[in-house]
Amino acid sequence: MATQSRTELLAAYRTMATMRAFEERMHIEFAGGGVPGFVHLYAGQEASAAGVCANLTDHDVLLNTHRAHGPAIARGADIFAVAKEIYCRGEGLCRGRGGSAHLHDTKNGLWAANSGVGSGVALGCGAALAARTRGTGGIAVALVGDGAVNQGVVSEGLNLASIWKLPLVVVVENNGYGEATAAGYAIAGGGIARRAEAFDMPGVQVDGSDYFAVFEAAAAAAERARRGKGPSLIEVEVTRFFGHFEGDAQTYRSRDEAERARRERDCLANFRRTVVAEGILDAGELDLVDTDVADLIDRVYAEAEAAPYPPDDELMEFIYADSL
Amino acid sequence: MAMKTYRQAINEAIVGEMRRDADVILMGEDVAGGAGGSGEDDAWGGPLGVTKGLLSEFGPGRVLDTPISEAGFIGAAIGAAASGLRPVVDLMFNDFVGVCFDQVVNQAAKYRYMFGGQDQIPLTIRTMIGAGLSISSQHSQSLYPVFSYFAGLKVLVPSSPYDAKGLLTSAIRDNDPVIFCEHKLLYDMTEDVPDEGYAIPLGEASLLREGGDVTVVALSRMVHVASDAAAILAREGIETDLLDPRTTTPLDTESILESVEATGRLVIVDESGPRCGMASDIAALVAEEGFGDLRAPIVKVTPPHVPIPAAPNLEALYVPDVNRVLDAVRRVVAY
Repeated sequence: MATQSRTELLAAYRTMATMRAFEERMHIEFAGGGVPGFVHLYAGQEASAAGVCANLTDHDVLLNTHRAHGPAIARGADIFAVAKEIYCRGEGLCRGRGGSAHLHDTKNGLWAANSGVGSGVALGCGAALAARTRGTGGIAVALVGDGAVNQGVVSEGLNLASIWKLPLVVVVENNGYGEATAAGYAIAGGGIARRAEAFDMPGVQVDGSDYFAVFEAAAAAAERARRGKGPSLIEVEVTRFFGHFEGDAQTYRSRDEAERARRERDCLANFRRTVVAEGILDAGELDLVDTDVADLIDRVYAEAEAAPYPPDDELMEFIYADSL
Repeated sequence: MAMKTYRQAINEAIVGEMRRDADVILMGEDVAGGAGGSGEDDAWGGPLGVTKGLLSEFGPGRVLDTPISEAGFIGAAIGAAASGLRPVVDLMFNDFVGVCFDQVVNQAAKYRYMFGGQDQIPLTIRTMIGAGLSISSQHSQSLYPVFSYFAGLKVLVPSSPYDAKGLLTSAIRDNDPVIFCEHKLLYDMTEDVPDEGYAIPLGEASLLREGGDVTVVALSRMVHVASDAAAILAREGIETDLLDPRTTTPLDTESILESVEATGRLVIVDESGPRCGMASDIAALVAEEGFGDLRAPIVKVTPPHVPIPAAPNLEALYVPDVNRVLDAVRRVVAY
């Protein structure tokens, strides 16, 4: 905890509070029918993206997941453009071509939120290889979920990263379910972090309701990558407060699981309790952040809903960089 | 200018572009001659025999042997391309796209469009196509129509050493993902190929023979089968427009339609399958846009709808040959 200044911690709180408020509002707006497509909400997992992104620089790349809203905000993408993309508007991050599950913002080092779930690890190997080849000093962080780890491409990426000693950090957000199927059922070998050992890289498991634990694990892995020591894997244990997607009846988990997580494993509440108890930040300034964020979210949603869809005559744009 | 094989022509294109641009890197199974073993590095140019000498000249930072891990290394090549490198990656046999289809069609093909034009993916995937070596159905297919299905990819099917060098040069310089399909029976074909680098524009068909009685569109090795047929037909007084599109995306639709406008007859010779293949695609193009010019039904000469057998006699029945082209052309001319 000592590694972050008071200002940085206040910023971390603001980031997490923004992610939370954004998703709580999205839950309501989606139910109201105003959001095209489908959405996967990040609420409950905020400390993961916030703790990881606090360790990244402008040269680094974060490979996003389909549960993309929170990590996009944490990485510093313009929240208005994030919301507009989710609403499929022309001024969205991806000009309305990607939608909720494909938030991508090259200039802010946010890449390729992926519906095929595991590919970020392979793409991340390439980003890491390019960073090393071109000497940018950057690293790549591939964010995937527990549901992705049984895909071959994840094992292939871990293997490549290891044999080539790439500056890559693989962060697996284990929220307990790959869609509806429990991680405990689906994943052999005694857990995700243990798989790192097979690829000769450090693997740690951290409590995703504890921002400080995530920050420290990510700091160590990023430092290792920057020093040319090769890849690492971090398993972040989180609980999602909502279903896999909005509209998910969640029959596969007990009725009180999410409610209990909100009471006992809320990373925002934990963060607030710790920084106030230790006298680093005071409750009043955190309350001010909450008020600010509430106001911001109102403006973000109002602007996104009012924004136009992309022009019809742009359907065929952006397929190729060099014209056919 | 000197006589060079298709294999040498491909090697020269890669070497030329690697010398020209430090961002060009090479990745694939055995491309560095097999890394880490007890024998020599770079003594072998991989199963295609194409990349020999590159490791020695460019070093292991730019010539990377990969594990047999196509989803991993093609995904990595896409990530490297998105970062500004220009990877030339070797998907040895196009049949193996089965294990990395997501990378090719959902990642590479959609990266630019789905993210609203923020990025470009200057990636070349070299891969072998074609039947004729008795190596059965997981090593012999011609899947360029599959790649052509996907907007966002460009697909090249060079039929000669000259075209191979010029088209591969264009592929590497191109800012989009390109699938470069090398026919495995053409590696030893020779012709005059300039020593210096040159780029053949994508989407320009090559008119290999001018006739007037019938248009024959042929792709990759089928160009040579069709060419042999055209020579025989000329002796019968049937003159052929022989057109090699050279690239299936972009497809030079104009040249095809122009030729059919003049001849009124179309035969397509294609080693990809009869269903949803390039022959079907080109037939549909002409049926839609050139129907008024047709004086006979379009005839497709393709393999039957069957996996490719290893037995030489069965494989010979599978691959279109000169006699099938002759029959098809005589049929449309007599119609």
